[in-house]
Amino acid sequence: MIKSELIQRIADENPHLYQRDVERIVGTVFDQIIEAMAEGNRVELRGFGAFSVKKRDARIGRNPRTGEAVPVEQKFVPFFKTGKLLRDRLNDED
Amino acid sequence: MSESTLTRMDLAEAVFREVGLSRNESAELVESVLRHISDALAGGESVKISSFGTFNVRTKSARMGRNPKTGEEVPISPRRVLTFRPSHLMKERVDAGNKR
Repeated sequence: MIKSELIQRIADENPHLYQRDVERIVGTVFDQIIEAMAEGNRVELRGFGAFSVKKRDARIGRNPRTGEAVPVEQKFVPFFKTGKLLRDRLNDED
Repeated sequence: MSESTLTRMDLAEAVFREVGLSRNESAELVESVLRHISDALAGGESVKISSFGTFNVRTKSARMGRNPKTGEEVPISPRRVLTFRPSHLMKERVDAGNKR
């Protein structure tokens, strides 16, 4: 499923809404999640999962082609942990 | 870095501000976004949200594990796990925002 299909499924269930409003609603949800993480916050959606930010320390990396040592800056990466309910659903619906 | 946690309620509030719907309906729509994603994943479908990221369902085969307390060998049944791969945009915004 891609974003446009997600929007379509929600639009089909909500015939009283304009398609463009459904697009804004779906866009807002994803944008807010990114925005929260960009501010260093967690996003906890019980039953679905949690988005958080992990810090990766600066390190000395290596250019795999030349073997040369290169400094890698500290960075912050997004992380998702699946919620219990969703994890269980993945394994009992077959 | 002000540590706080965003929840369904905050997402519903953002939808409420963005579109002229009731708070109640805004909350229901947030729920239906999560429900449709979960349903697709539970059905084994992957979910790709451009400029956000991709949720993939991976199948892990059966293997032998060990009870770390007793050292006893226990079989681990085959299972499906979810992985999330953030988009470039998400990675960039999260990294840039936290470095500030």
